[in-house]
Amino acid sequence: MEIAGEILVLIGSIFLFLGALGILRMPDVFNRLQAGTKATTLGALSLILGIGFMSSGYLWKSIVLVIFIVLTNPISSSTIARASYKLKVPIFKGTVIKTEEKDFLKEEKK
Amino acid sequence: MIITISMIFIGLAVLLAFIRLVIGPTSSDRLLAADSITTITTAVIVLVAYLLGRVIYMDVAIVYAVLGFVGVVAVARYLEGGI
Repeated sequence: MEIAGEILVLIGSIFLFLGALGILRMPDVFNRLQAGTKATTLGALSLILGIGFMSSGYLWKSIVLVIFIVLTNPISSSTIARASYKLKVPIFKGTVIKTEEKDFLKEEKK
Repeated sequence: MIITISMIFIGLAVLLAFIRLVIGPTSSDRLLAADSITTITTAVIVLVAYLLGRVIYMDVAIVYAVLGFVGVVAVARYLEGGI
């Protein structure tokens, strides 16, 4: 149980690092949302469950915390995406856009 | 040993997200970086609770997660225009 918890903590910290690297390196707000939120959610989930496995007194509170993070992190990500869509944040030039949203791209190219 | 390596990775993650928080071109970038720093800080509080051996710090982590979520959603609704 101890070894499994340590491996989960290591995987979680590596995923947190990769999520932050994606936030720094991606070219666009929406790409940054994709990279940052998913990797950060998985990293926090794995790290907190690993701490819960390592010592038995932490298990129930870590499960509560993991359920809360999994429920609320996509909501905040969706709210940020909707706000930046309504603010018409400039999108990356190489983005492939289907027919319904051509006007959005044209407005941004001016 | 593994906890030390994990702390190094988490410190680098907070540093990279903080660079995006400083140089971000629009306010959505800054809000996204602040959201990620909130989630990473929750994980750090849990790790500190294990290192110091105090179970009561898990409650601090839960309250911090709730307050960070409410703050990010409030700022995003404000940017959108209708709070």
